[in-house]
Amino acid sequence: MIIEGRVWVIEKDGKLIDDIDTDMIYHNKYLHITDKKEMAKYAFSNLPGWQDFPQKARKGDIIIAGENFGCGSSRQHAVDCFISLGIEAIIAKSFGAIYKRNAINSGLAVLECKDIDKAGLKNGDIIEVNLDNGEVKKNGKIVAKAKPMNPVQAAIYRAGNLFAYAKSFR
Amino acid sequence: MPTIIEKIFQHHSKDDVKPGNTIWLDVDLRTARDFAGAQVVKNLLENYDGDYVDDASKTFFTFDCNAPANTIGYANNQQICRRFARENGIKVFDVNRGIGSHVVMEEGLAYPGVTAVGTDSHFNILGAIGAFGQGMGDVDIAFVFKTGRTWFEVPPTVKVNFLGMPDARWSAKDLALLCVKELKGKVLGKAIEFYGEIVDKLSLAGRITLASMVTEMGGIIGFIPPNKEVIKFCRERSGREIEAIAADRDADYEMEIDMDVSNLQPLIALPGSPANVKRVADLPSIEVNSIFIGSCTNGREEDMEAAYNVVKGRKIAENVMAKVVPATREVWSYMLEKGIIKEMFDAGMIISHAACGGCASGQLGMTGKGEVQVSTSNRNFRGKQGDGDTYLASPETAAASAVAGYITEVDDL
Repeated sequence: MIIEGRVWVIEKDGKLIDDIDTDMIYHNKYLHITDKKEMAKYAFSNLPGWQDFPQKARKGDIIIAGENFGCGSSRQHAVDCFISLGIEAIIAKSFGAIYKRNAINSGLAVLECKDIDKAGLKNGDIIEVNLDNGEVKKNGKIVAKAKPMNPVQAAIYRAGNLFAYAKSFR
Repeated sequence: MPTIIEKIFQHHSKDDVKPGNTIWLDVDLRTARDFAGAQVVKNLLENYDGDYVDDASKTFFTFDCNAPANTIGYANNQQICRRFARENGIKVFDVNRGIGSHVVMEEGLAYPGVTAVGTDSHFNILGAIGAFGQGMGDVDIAFVFKTGRTWFEVPPTVKVNFLGMPDARWSAKDLALLCVKELKGKVLGKAIEFYGEIVDKLSLAGRITLASMVTEMGGIIGFIPPNKEVIKFCRERSGREIEAIAADRDADYEMEIDMDVSNLQPLIALPGSPANVKRVADLPSIEVNSIFIGSCTNGREEDMEAAYNVVKGRKIAENVMAKVVPATREVWSYMLEKGIIKEMFDAGMIISHAACGGCASGQLGMTGKGEVQVSTSNRNFRGKQGDGDTYLASPETAAASAVAGYITEVDDL
């Protein structure tokens, strides 16, 4: 399975931002919202320098992030806001454990890649990501290698989300 | 040989429990709180046609974020949960009861060896009593409500050995902050087991404090092998014979970390990150505008007593707001009976009903721009408890700072 998209490199002063927590992604003051479409406009609304992300992002875009992305609370909103914006995948050096689960369950492709900061990616670059073997390509050349999805993750992703997957195996 | 998490998982799974393997895990206790609870209900209604709950006797709602609701949005969400609970025979621990992760211990629903999930990212606090708890999002929790199980990648276990005993004054919060500072980055996505004399001596409240901040260390869960006090508490509360699960002597740990605690002192995390930890004594004079005593980290009887011991017979400094939020109704009752509330009131403190408070934009504890707050909670990310600057410290340090009007430790008061 190969996806292609335009990247957003979530950095500050030329360095990927580590420890972006769920309050920076989706602040707790919007937690009462249950309509996923409405969540889109608050994506990164508490991350300095990235508050205008919902206006800039397009369907199919890919987010590139640092260590421990999505640490903090268990809110699904912090995943749903990106799905609602049409974000195709998030490649981070590492993820907060709960965030990773939430993303997998909702069918958002999340890949861990320790060397993604060395791939030389800039905002607007188009990359190709092979979800089966983790290869990240730019202009046809491999620029990074992410950890492939585990079998359960891959199965849930293919089914669409956890609920759809569960129907297929039960 | 198996570690504690591996043993608990083996009792709850047919799959091969090995670090790195993804297994299907049977879940004994399934909960959702007012935050995300309505989403759980929505997921169930949208994805299934009736038969929403695998076992209502194992399923609970616990309202603690905004209790009672201080926004219409939360009030609506709580009402959605209540209605769903009534229709499906689920018990609700409502807005008068307190923080869900504590309530399940008090009610004897969580005890050593149990597997439990909730929509609270600090649900791994149950490691304090040797149970497996895990915070999850609303999709996961809806799935568990419906099926009674969840998928889980078995984490490797790191063994932390505390060496020595502190000479100076210390609290469980100082130990927890030290661990966030020292372990963050080393335990991401891993289970932890804590050992050493200092852990053996921790009360249940102290264990809750340490276990609650494993989330901030980046760990999946931190287990503290239960001592006699914990076993007794769980036996009384659950009405069951309790057998504590211990790791095998030659359990396979991914890593062992020795940490000397003989120099442990009152610590404080500076605004922005729970890992930016300094000694209170090393800070310059910083004026305090407010303090918050409470949360799942420091909301127990013992925490309230520690703050009470500092403020009794004293007055909170002028222009300082001292906000106190007991974790549960039981803690509130204890404070009432012991005269703690009267003393705190006389000192000038504000005492709220039991719930999460500031951590969840709750009923009390938010800060305004420029406000300096010393909080006993577990997170001080930017914007988490409002627009102000939040420092994390123990109830003693918070109370002492409220009395002094600037950040200080008890011994310098």
